[in-house]
Amino acid sequence: MPSLKILRNRINSVKSTQKITSAMKMVAAAKLRRAQAQAEASRPYAVRMAEMLSALAASEAGNPNGHKLLVGNGKSQTHLLVAVTADRGLAGAFNANIAKQVRQKAAALQAEGKSVKIFALGRKGNDALRRDMGSQIVGAKNFVGKKVVTFADAEEVAQEVIRGFRAGEYDVVTLVFNRFHSVMTQKPFEQPLIPAAAPTANDNKVEHNYEVEPDDGTLLDRLLPRNLAVQIYAALLENAAGFYAAQMTAMDSATRNAGQMIKRLTLDYNRARQANITKELIEIISGAEAV
Amino acid sequence: MPVALEIVSPERLLLSRDVDMVVVPGTDGDLGILPGHAMLVTSLRGGLVDIYEGNRVTDRFFVTGGFAEVTESRCSVLADEIIRQADIDVSEAQAKLLEAKAAFDAADVHDADAYREASDKLISAQAMVDSATV
Repeated sequence: MPSLKILRNRINSVKSTQKITSAMKMVAAAKLRRAQAQAEASRPYAVRMAEMLSALAASEAGNPNGHKLLVGNGKSQTHLLVAVTADRGLAGAFNANIAKQVRQKAAALQAEGKSVKIFALGRKGNDALRRDMGSQIVGAKNFVGKKVVTFADAEEVAQEVIRGFRAGEYDVVTLVFNRFHSVMTQKPFEQPLIPAAAPTANDNKVEHNYEVEPDDGTLLDRLLPRNLAVQIYAALLENAAGFYAAQMTAMDSATRNAGQMIKRLTLDYNRARQANITKELIEIISGAEAV
Repeated sequence: MPVALEIVSPERLLLSRDVDMVVVPGTDGDLGILPGHAMLVTSLRGGLVDIYEGNRVTDRFFVTGGFAEVTESRCSVLADEIIRQADIDVSEAQAKLLEAKAAFDAADVHDADAYREASDKLISAQAMVDSATV
């Protein structure tokens, strides 16, 4: 049995760990609320954009000569996976799940004979994937030191992705990010960016009855890159909200585990203390009897 | 019957209310949207969005570009960036204009997309400077 002093030290150390984890949980909860509010605020724009795009895209879909960003460039040889992760850890399996999903998807694509490139958005994903897939990472970006992601950040990424696509570096682009189901669950989700996940031709046969200015082609030229940025922005916001939710959950269980450990150590400590007292009493009594 | 106007930027919903008329800067010219307007989708150039209530302008916003979707009873403005006309910082706008001019001069004439983007930016920056002093 360890000595009283060692037990006392261990209890104190676990207690201070518990203080840190419970503070982190509280901070994550506050940040989660802010991230959710930001995601909420971005929704009206995304909804309108999707409406407008589906009206225009319905007439373009199924047309192999349609806009490249909408119908793709007709090939599917090289895939780009945009992996969205957080910049920090201590959030359970949040970042690891994305890395796992990307590895699985890459392995499946490579088994089909396709080549895979990766764009790591977020520091943790870059760290995790660099180890075994470093040669396939074609770009990386993180937002370390930034309080919130702005639309301008998303736009930069979108421009980078489009530039590579136009230069023919890849044919298909997929976004992999954690979808925010609830505070308890975030699941990795794959969203096709290029070609865009637009309604297919038979989905919506009716021609839209919008007048279009200047014309369909020019409008799509402007709309599609914008839409890409909107989708990346939405994924970044969902990633942020999911990250804080995951961190909150992880820190909550860490706090609870620390509590249990303190209970067990306190029990051990009291046992050792009582055993010491009993021992001393026996010594005194047997000493008195001997006299 | 009013027009249900909605102005949104990617980061938030800026304004949502019923107005009598709204004038938006379409790429092919300004458009006055009254109730019962034909269904229309247009891209926007940099310029002022004027909101009319009872025959006078009650609000003016500057947009750097974006899109507008019009139906018979509704008008949604999807702005790239938006700022109240009164809040435009003239010196900042002029700095942006110089930057856009330089970028436009440097743009590759043979790269249609890049060229169009640079010219859009230049038009938008010029419009911002002009709008500041309207």
